[in-house]
Amino acid sequence: MIPELGHFALIIALGVAVIQGVVPLLGAQRGVPEWMAVAVTASRAQFLFVLLAYACLTYAFVAKDFSVAYVAQNANADLPLFYRISAVWGAHEGSMLLWTLTLAGWSVAVSMASGALPMAFRARVLATMGLISCGFLLFMLLTSNPFERLLPAPQDGRDLNPLLQDPGMVIHPPMLYMGYVGLVVPFAFAVAALLGGRLDAAWTRWTRPWTTVAWVFLTVGITLGSWWAYNELGWGGWWFWDPVENASFMPWLVATALMHSLAVSEQRGAFKAWTVLLAIFGFSLSLLGTFLVRSGVLVSVHAFATDPARGVFILAFLALVVGGALTLFAWRASVISGGGSFRLMSRETLLLINNVLLVVACATVLLGTMYPLIIDALGLGKISVGPPYFDAVFAPLMLPLVFLIGIGPLTRWKGDHASRLVQLLRIAFVASLVAAGAIVVVTSGYSLLLLAALAMAIWTLASTAQGLIARMRGKRGAWKGVRALPRSFVGMTLAHLGVGVFIIGVAITSTFSTERDVRLGPGDSETLAGYRFQFQGVGEFPGPNYVARRAEVQVFRGERRVATLYPEKRRYPIQEQPMTEAAIDVGFTRDLYVALGEPLGDGSWAVRLYYKPLIRWIWFGPALMALGGLLAASDRRYRSGRRAERAAPVTDTGGALGAGVSGG
Amino acid sequence: MIRYLLPLGVFIALVALLGVGLRLNPREVPSPLVGKPLPEFRLAQLRNPTKTLSRADLGGRPVLLNAWATWCVECRREHGLLLAIARQGNIPVYGLNYKDNRPDALEWLRRLGDPYVASGFDGDGRVGIDMGVYGLPETFLIDARGIIVHKHIGALSSEIWERDFVPILERLSRGES
Repeated sequence: MIPELGHFALIIALGVAVIQGVVPLLGAQRGVPEWMAVAVTASRAQFLFVLLAYACLTYAFVAKDFSVAYVAQNANADLPLFYRISAVWGAHEGSMLLWTLTLAGWSVAVSMASGALPMAFRARVLATMGLISCGFLLFMLLTSNPFERLLPAPQDGRDLNPLLQDPGMVIHPPMLYMGYVGLVVPFAFAVAALLGGRLDAAWTRWTRPWTTVAWVFLTVGITLGSWWAYNELGWGGWWFWDPVENASFMPWLVATALMHSLAVSEQRGAFKAWTVLLAIFGFSLSLLGTFLVRSGVLVSVHAFATDPARGVFILAFLALVVGGALTLFAWRASVISGGGSFRLMSRETLLLINNVLLVVACATVLLGTMYPLIIDALGLGKISVGPPYFDAVFAPLMLPLVFLIGIGPLTRWKGDHASRLVQLLRIAFVASLVAAGAIVVVTSGYSLLLLAALAMAIWTLASTAQGLIARMRGKRGAWKGVRALPRSFVGMTLAHLGVGVFIIGVAITSTFSTERDVRLGPGDSETLAGYRFQFQGVGEFPGPNYVARRAEVQVFRGERRVATLYPEKRRYPIQEQPMTEAAIDVGFTRDLYVALGEPLGDGSWAVRLYYKPLIRWIWFGPALMALGGLLAASDRRYRSGRRAERAAPVTDTGGALGAGVSGG
Repeated sequence: MIRYLLPLGVFIALVALLGVGLRLNPREVPSPLVGKPLPEFRLAQLRNPTKTLSRADLGGRPVLLNAWATWCVECRREHGLLLAIARQGNIPVYGLNYKDNRPDALEWLRRLGDPYVASGFDGDGRVGIDMGVYGLPETFLIDARGIIVHKHIGALSSEIWERDFVPILERLSRGES
C-alpha cells in the first residue's frame, strides 16, 4: 500500500509541476498577478508531494519490503538500518528521486527567499524550475519508477553494492546532487532575465549567494567522492579522470567561472551576456553529466545499469532544456549585454582571463571525456582517453590561473598600474620562488613540475595573505581587523588559501609518496619511509552482512608505537564481491595506509604499504574553499534584501539600466 | 547577432553526436580479423626481456590473448576475472602489454597478481595496431590453429565470459577431442 502511495504522490507532483511551469509563465507574459502568485504555492505543494514519495521509498527500505523491485535489488535483510536508509539513493531509480527532491527543495528555498524580487521575475524563475522538475518526474514515471512491484516477492534482497557501504559514500551523492541541482537557480535566473529582458545589479546581487552555495555543495561533494575513492578502492589514489568524475568536475569549473563573472556583473555591470551564458552552461553540464552517467554511452567504473529508453529520454530532455535556453540566449542576449568600460590593466581583464582559462579547462575535460564517443560516432574506431591526456593538458592551464589568484584581488576595478602591483607583490613573488627552491633542495625532489607547483602554491598563500594585510592596514589588532572586514572578502581569502593548500598537497603527495608490496607472515615486519610495519596475523570477524578477515599491523617509529592498524578483506556473500577495507593512520603531515592483498598460504599475506605525505591537504584545501564559499554567501549585503536594494547605490555606469544598454 | 547563435550551434552538434552515441555500444566493435589467423608478431617478454613471445608460442591449443595497460582503468576491473580464469587452468592467458612502460607494468602485475603465462611488451603499440587493437582492454580467443575465433572489447565480466566465451571454448574442446 505504502509504495503505491509513493507512486501516486509522484503523479500528483507531476501535475503540480506542470501547473508551476505553465501558469506563472503565462501570468508573467500577460501581467496577471493571480497567475504569477501560483508559482509560490505550487512549488511548495510539489515539494511536499515529492517528499512524501521519498518518505514512502525510505519506508519500504526500512521495513524491508522486498516486493518493491528497487528495494529487492539494493537491500538485504542483514543490511544495517543506516545503509538501508542510504540505499534509497544507491542505484538509478532512487537517486533520480533524490535528484527531484533536491530540485523541489531548491524551488521552495527560492520561493521563500525571493519575496523582494519583482513579481514577474520571481514567477518566471519558479516556472523555469517547475518545467525542469516536470522533465525529471516524467522521466521517473515513464522509464525508472522506483515503486515498481516484484510479485511474487522474493524472500530476500540482493543487497546494496558493497562499494557503497561506506560512510563517505552515504553523504557523497546528496552533497553532489545539492550542487548539481543548485546550479538550476542561476540557470532559472538567466532564463527569467532573458525572458524579461532585464539584467540589473540587484539581479546579479541576488544570484550570487545561490551560485556560491551550489558551488560549495559541489566542492564538498566532489571532495567526499575523492576521499571515498581513496578509502574504499584500496589503491591509494584520489582522482582518476573517470568520465563520471569529469561529469561532476565540469560543472564545478563552470560554476567557479560563473562566481567570478557574477562579481564583475554585479560590481561593474559588465560581462552580462557572458554571465548569463555561463549560468546556462553550468546547469547544462549538470544535465549532460546525468546523461553520460545514466545512458551508457561511455564506459565508466561508476556507470548505472543502463537502458536505451532512458538515454533517449534524457537526450531529448537535454535538447529541449539546453537548446531552448540557448535559443532564448541567441534571441535576447543583445538586449542585456553591455556595461562599463575598463582599461587593459584592470580587475575586469584579470577576471576575464580567469573565466577564459576555466572555460577552456572545462572544454578540455569535455573533449577528453567525449573523444572516445566522437571517434566512435564518426566510425573511426574505439579508443580510451586516460590520465596521460588530462594531466598533460590540465596542469599547464592551471598554472597561469593560479598565478592570477595572487594578482586579481589586489587589482583595482576599471584600471590599475602594473608598477603599483609589482611594488606590492614583489616580495611575495621572490619569497615564493625562494621557498619553493628551498623545499626542492631540502627534499631533493628535483623536478621542474614540483618546483613550479610549489612556487605557485606558496605564491597563492603569500599574495593572498598580502591582500588580507593590505585590507587591514589602518585597523588596530589583527582579530578585530579581520572581524571588521566584509565576510565576502574573508570568504574569498579563505577559498584562495584553500587553493594553495590543495596544490601543495597534490604536489608533495604525487612526488614523495612511497609504497611497497610485500609478503608478510605473522611476526614479520617491513620498513617504509622510516616507519616499521609489523604484521601480527589475520583473524576472522563476522560483520552484519559480510565476513571479514582482519589483519593487525602495528606501526613503529624507532621504538615508539605510532599506531595499530586493522586492514580488512571482506566478502559480501550475496553480492559475491570481495572488498578491500584499507586501514589508514591519518595525520596532518602524512598518512600511513595498509591494504590487504591476497592470502599466500602458510598464514602469510600479500600486503600493500603506502606512505603518503600531506595527502590530507588535498581534502583540507577544498574544505577551506567550501568554508570560504559559505562565508561569502552569508555576507551582510546579500541578507539585507529589500532594504539594501533600495539603499545601495547602483554602479556608476548604469548597471540598473541594463535593459537600455545595447551591446556591440 | 550571429555570435550569440554560436553556443546553440555547438550544442546542436553535441546533441547530434550524443544521439549517434546512444545507438552505439561502446564495448562492441566488429573486427575484420575475426575468423582470420592472428598476425605474425615477435615481442620481447615483459618479465624477461631476453625471451620473446611470438605467434608460434600461442599455437597448438586454444589460448586467450588479453591486451592491457596500466593506464587503462577498465583493465583493472577485469583483472580479478582474468586471475580467476588463469587459476582454473582451462585455458592459458597471454598478455599484450600495449603502449605502456615496463616498470609500471611490472609493478602492476606484482601488486594485482599476474594471470599471464607471459606478456609481450608492445611499448610503441606496433603489434597492437597489427592486431587491430582499438581501445583497451581487448581479449582475443585464438584456437589451436592460430585463428582468432572471438574478440571482446572492454572489460570482461563473468556474465560476458559465460555468455560469449564459454560456449566457444566448449565447442573448441569438443571439436578437438
